[in-house]
Amino acid sequence: MDLASAKLIAAGLATMGVIGAGIGVGNVWAAYITALARNPASKQDIGAFIWIGFAVTEAIALFALIIAFIALA
Amino acid sequence: MAEKHGPLDQFLIKPLIPIKIGGLDLSFTNASLMMVTTVALIGLLMTVGMGRRGLVPGRLQSVAELSYEFVANTIRETVGGEGRKYFPLIFSLFMFILFGNMIGMIPSAFTFTSHIVVTFVMAGIVFVAVTILGFIKHGAHFFSFFLPSGVPIVLWPLIILIEIISYLSRPVSLAVRLFANMLAGHALLKVLAGFVPALGIAGIAPLAVVFGLIGLEFLVAFVQAYVFTILTCVYLNDAIHLH
Repeated sequence: MDLASAKLIAAGLATMGVIGAGIGVGNVWAAYITALARNPASKQDIGAFIWIGFAVTEAIALFALIIAFIALA
Repeated sequence: MAEKHGPLDQFLIKPLIPIKIGGLDLSFTNASLMMVTTVALIGLLMTVGMGRRGLVPGRLQSVAELSYEFVANTIRETVGGEGRKYFPLIFSLFMFILFGNMIGMIPSAFTFTSHIVVTFVMAGIVFVAVTILGFIKHGAHFFSFFLPSGVPIVLWPLIILIEIISYLSRPVSLAVRLFANMLAGHALLKVLAGFVPALGIAGIAPLAVVFGLIGLEFLVAFVQAYVFTILTCVYLNDAIHLH
């Protein structure tokens, strides 16, 4: 197997790491919607946590993407 | 049409004014130009916006006051009253990253936050400052931060090791989060935009996707600046109020 194809396969494999982050981000919003549905008055309190939770979970997806970029180079 | 090599070419740093002092390359690059523009714009917004000092703020003054209150409220909610004296650092971080990300959205402008060296220095400053602050405030008692209360003594070595590793990973995750979001966002936009001329008349489909993605990128630019700031405040709170 030559280097160019190995690079592409490595990048593809590394990108599979974003599966977990997709599930995680979905969980964040699902929890927010459930919480908001149970107690609509809590919107002010937990409003900030959505974006923090989303960004921190998304960071894991981007760690995988960085490895893919490194593999491609 | 000079570069047709790939979506990552937009992140190349090009020296605009080459300056060599000794053996060091201190050129004024496109990244430096963007940083100077960012700082100039923030300075203009704050000084000109508050110049009129109306009791009922006009538009520009509202924007300046809103950004101030946004960061001040964030600090008050996460750190509490003691966080007030760290407001200049947090505000500078927030505005610098926010304006840097937003200016990068201008077509053919350079996003300086898409370079790990920039974000790592910012995250490193936060980490070092917060750790030193923790040691100044608590002395050797700061190490009790790595041992949450109520842990059975059998687990102490493992827990302490895990806590130290997760503490040391904070600057890394802070830096990589911002850098990877900006890098991936702009690279994705470049890749999709490359499909538009290639498809001819059917290029309207990737064009619509690029249009939606640019909107998403604006959101991501703001969210990443906000998350960097609020995580800095959380780490500051950890150092000041050890759990």
